[in-house]
Amino acid sequence: MTATDATEPGTGPADDTSTDVAPAHRHPKAHQRAGRLGRWIDSRTGIARVGRGALNKVFPNHWSFLLGEIALYSFVVLLLTGIYLTLFFDADSTGMTTYDGSYGPMQGVQVSEAYNSALEISFDVKGGLLVRQIHHWAALVFVGAIVLHLCRVFFTGAFRRPRELNWVVGCTLFMLAVVNGFAGYSLLDDQLSGTGLRIGYSVLISIPVIGPWLGSLIFGGNFPGDDVIARLYPIHILVVPLLIIAMLTVHLTVLIRHKHTHFPGKGARDDNVVGERLWPTYVFKAGALFFCVFGALALLGGIAQINPVWLYGPFRAEDVSSASQPDWYMGWLEGALRLMPGWETRIAGFTIPNPFYAGVVPAAIVFGGLYAWPWIERRVTKDHAEHHVLDRPRDVPWRTAIGVGVLAFTGVLGFAGSDDVLVVTFGLSVNQAVWFFRVALFALPVISGFVAYRLCIELQRRDGPPPLPTVPVPDTETDGSAGTQDPALVGDAGGGQRHDGSDPADA
Amino acid sequence: MRSSRHLVLVALAAVALAVGVVQGTAGAGESGGAGDTTSGTSQADLVAAGEQLFLTSCISCHGVDGVGTPNGPPLTAAGEANADFMLRTGRMPMASSDVQPPDKPVAYTDTEIRQLVAYVGSLGDGPPIPQLDLDAADVTNGGQLFRANCAPCHNASGIGGALSYGRHAPSLQETGLEQVAEAMRVGPGQMPRFGPDVLTDQEVNDIVAYVDYLQNPDDPGGLNLGYTGPVAEGFVALVIGLGALMLVIRWITRERRAAGAREGAPDA
Repeated sequence: MTATDATEPGTGPADDTSTDVAPAHRHPKAHQRAGRLGRWIDSRTGIARVGRGALNKVFPNHWSFLLGEIALYSFVVLLLTGIYLTLFFDADSTGMTTYDGSYGPMQGVQVSEAYNSALEISFDVKGGLLVRQIHHWAALVFVGAIVLHLCRVFFTGAFRRPRELNWVVGCTLFMLAVVNGFAGYSLLDDQLSGTGLRIGYSVLISIPVIGPWLGSLIFGGNFPGDDVIARLYPIHILVVPLLIIAMLTVHLTVLIRHKHTHFPGKGARDDNVVGERLWPTYVFKAGALFFCVFGALALLGGIAQINPVWLYGPFRAEDVSSASQPDWYMGWLEGALRLMPGWETRIAGFTIPNPFYAGVVPAAIVFGGLYAWPWIERRVTKDHAEHHVLDRPRDVPWRTAIGVGVLAFTGVLGFAGSDDVLVVTFGLSVNQAVWFFRVALFALPVISGFVAYRLCIELQRRDGPPPLPTVPVPDTETDGSAGTQDPALVGDAGGGQRHDGSDPADA
Repeated sequence: MRSSRHLVLVALAAVALAVGVVQGTAGAGESGGAGDTTSGTSQADLVAAGEQLFLTSCISCHGVDGVGTPNGPPLTAAGEANADFMLRTGRMPMASSDVQPPDKPVAYTDTEIRQLVAYVGSLGDGPPIPQLDLDAADVTNGGQLFRANCAPCHNASGIGGALSYGRHAPSLQETGLEQVAEAMRVGPGQMPRFGPDVLTDQEVNDIVAYVDYLQNPDDPGGLNLGYTGPVAEGFVALVIGLGALMLVIRWITRERRAAGAREGAPDA
């Protein structure tokens, strides 16, 4: 009822300080004005119907359905902090200047304008370092939340028909997030990011036929090139963010169109949604989560130092620091480069350089496999039906096993990417670590996949005979177990929300 | 012949030590002897006392007169800088012939170290202990030199880094500044030697001043996470940041699950 009231323009309480029995009519003028404005907008946009529909949407209550929201809110934080940083950043890596800001140990050093403005933001712009740190922490959490969300969607089979499109859009968002993260931390023209660009350049030009051309296009010549930071900047602050916003719009529109999936149980069927209405419950939960995300990121930005570029120093092509790692989401690609034996191939007189096999092929396989997964799975299962009730991971052991295996594979690569830090921390040999990781790279996915498979089977046995979640329950209202359900929990009360996106009231 | 010279040396050293002890106890120390009760402080006295220590602790590996044995390198060209570095970082005496002698608690007193250093210095013409004057140092120049020459192994923040086959460039965060300078002049282990033709005394001084800064930098951003860079940052972002947010979303969705449990409905 609340939901209907809230979307009805003019019928809500216009003045909540009123103690009159008829508060809505206490100030008729204000009330009428609000009503007129509401009707004016509604008659021109039809917003009331959309709003009523949207606020009545039912959203299932499960923690794992909020992982994508953490990513969304991190992105909002990235936009807000990023706008502030663009006011002060200068993406000029060729113009040199003498640093004369507040950071003592760098005073008098010839640095690029880009690095100079990074130090300026860190030391001389009010709140600059805080905002910079929030921005960087938000980027790390953003990609982390995307990966967790991706795992949730994968392991619960939420990508099945009709959600293949959203799976593809989601994979694209993941890739865009990784690309923009790399582009972002490469802008500062410090030693660490320059080392990353050096590696990126080598991987880029290793691509057969088009590689050297791509390298020149992006870097403006041989490494280090004059143009790479000036080109990455619009990509980082304009092109990719716009693409992300566009993809997010599609992602969320399709989500609303399809309605949310739900786990089996509580009368959940393929033709209903069991959960809470957007208004008021879910709106407040989502709002609270936004502030929690913003708060957590602000806390991290305020108390934990990230990417201290003043210690790394300005980029010089002839310098390098030990323990140079990329941000975590690029770590698995770094690990692949580190584990790859020094093989090179010549085919018909053309050399395919080593970084191609480690820097391009694994990424292509993992992302290609991700994109194609809904169709790969359909070929195996021959399941062309629509699914709105999720699988529990244990219910599809082979898919769970493959997912765990891929996570183990990328996880081993990720740890291999920081092998030098690990061996110093634990007093080991980096040569032994490389061989350990090479073996683990192929052994661990098989072992962990097998263990996951057996665990799923064991959990299934413990559950007893499987419930029949997709068979419609004839009458949830009179059913003994469901009879006590709060009507607000069941979105299909009185016909409810159908997964085909139509409202029964329209029929 | 060698053993006879050995005996003579031992005898000489014993005499020297005895003289030193007598002098010390008699309170008739040479100029510069500040409350030292076990030996004299003239260069000759230091060398003699150092040789005595050498004979008891070092000779089994470094050989008579520090000419070296299969177990230990010759010290004839090691110089005071090398001896001081090895002894004051606890690398000598070695506990075992490991891949790389680790720094550990110092085995000798300051006086004993000065004696041993003087003795090793007397064996040949190795590098002397560099003289530092941090007040006259240019930290900015030191930073640039550090990033160009030291950071490739010791990391830009001085936390050290991995080398091949279990060796590593040690962290500089706790190292004594004199030892940092000595290491540059000596080139211990895998480290290249930076002689006066590569780095002037002033440049060594500048680099040491920057290491001094790195041992206690400003850290305007807050907790430094051990200066391990993106590895630690990724760990914090995923485990602490995202971990806390996972608890938040568990908490946000908790109420309904509890209500569901009360009503006896199956948990989603």
